[in-house]
Amino acid sequence: MLDKFGIAKRIAKELQDGYYVNLGIGIPTLVANYVPQGIEVILQSENGLLGIGPFPFEEDVDADLINAGKQTVTIAKGSSFFDSAMSFGMIRSGRVDLTVLGAMEVADNGDIANWKIPGKMVKGMGGAMDLVASAKNIIVAMQHVNKSGESKLLSKCSLPITGLGCVKKVVTELGVFDITSVGFKCIEYATGVSLDYIKEKTLGRLVVADDVKEMSID
Amino acid sequence: MLKKVVKNAEEAIVDITDGATIMLGGFGLCGIPENSIKALVNKGVKNLTCISNNAGVDDFGIGLMLKTRQVKKMIASYVGENAEFERQLLSGELEVELIPQGTLATRCMAAGYGIPAIYTPAGVGTEVAEGKETREFDGKTYLMEHAFKSDFAIVKAWKGDTNGNLIFRATSRNFNPLMAMAGKITIVEVEELVQPGDLDPDMIHTPGIYVNRIFKGVHYEKRIEQVTVTKR
Repeated sequence: MLDKFGIAKRIAKELQDGYYVNLGIGIPTLVANYVPQGIEVILQSENGLLGIGPFPFEEDVDADLINAGKQTVTIAKGSSFFDSAMSFGMIRSGRVDLTVLGAMEVADNGDIANWKIPGKMVKGMGGAMDLVASAKNIIVAMQHVNKSGESKLLSKCSLPITGLGCVKKVVTELGVFDITSVGFKCIEYATGVSLDYIKEKTLGRLVVADDVKEMSID
Repeated sequence: MLKKVVKNAEEAIVDITDGATIMLGGFGLCGIPENSIKALVNKGVKNLTCISNNAGVDDFGIGLMLKTRQVKKMIASYVGENAEFERQLLSGELEVELIPQGTLATRCMAAGYGIPAIYTPAGVGTEVAEGKETREFDGKTYLMEHAFKSDFAIVKAWKGDTNGNLIFRATSRNFNPLMAMAGKITIVEVEELVQPGDLDPDMIHTPGIYVNRIFKGVHYEKRIEQVTVTKR
């Protein structure tokens, strides 16, 4: 079974040289730490930065320079700043190659819910609805079950929808799942996790790929 | 002679009255018009409709106006950092319209460009789409979203000249130049106020024609929500 760092490491393997990537808040942000050697990706932050660098040294912290998670960051070489309309312009017009975000629920047809629990929690969608409506490739990074132990991989989302039929892949602590016309297709399982256990923890339609294999993250 | 320069925040907001619709620039606490928000709190205007990406935190930014119950309605995309906001929302004291961040930005842009509405795929099939006109282009469904109408836009720039030309800094740019174009009256506070000719015209982000009032802000706190550092 993976921890959150393992999930981030596995998603980092999806990165390709030259990709423009938008990483959401939480586990997705960690993906930046595991960009494979020899690959250059440019990270987009929807608050108006293309080319996010590492966190600053303490003396270099700049209140005017943050990422979309409101964390202080630095700029990578060759970066650029822009306003929020242009930022979503590059997202809507399909320039961002990969979007990684978290979710509360994902359905086996690629629907995603991640912005609201009616009557309990209202945080808002931020940029998530724009991203999922336009991005070419969307990977969800999340825990397989919620705090009550219930599956977050469902046949239909029970929470308010963020976007329809948009998720392409889900990576959880248990495995990697492609969204296909026949539901979640398990293509990899985490070390020490059985396919039976994955089936037990998945409420949506689940098929196992013929060539399913153990996940390698290092 | 252009008369855009005002003394301070109090003078800049002098005609903002109860019930006004106000846009406020910033992303989180980054690039927010700190001086103007404090002046609005001191003035005590009520029943405001505020359009801003976020609602500040409990004791800073727009959070200050929520605490004093000056906001009737909030239009925002993400409000996760403010417990008082969430409490007022869940108890029904505060009216809230949550909209996608790109939609928020583009509705500002449309206002500044003189375009009445835009089409966006964001929110199709969600609560956001309820009651809105949709249209298909090339087989994909889009929502029609109207340009904002706002009595005032209050933004924060890094540098500005007395003609109202503005330059923003790093990611504190965010919604500021868009909102600067979108208010019926645009109020700008700057860290540095300079004379015409002091700024390179090629480097201007917002041309002065959009700006009605400008003043030099004081005592910027520039609070950071999440200080994240790399250890040496």
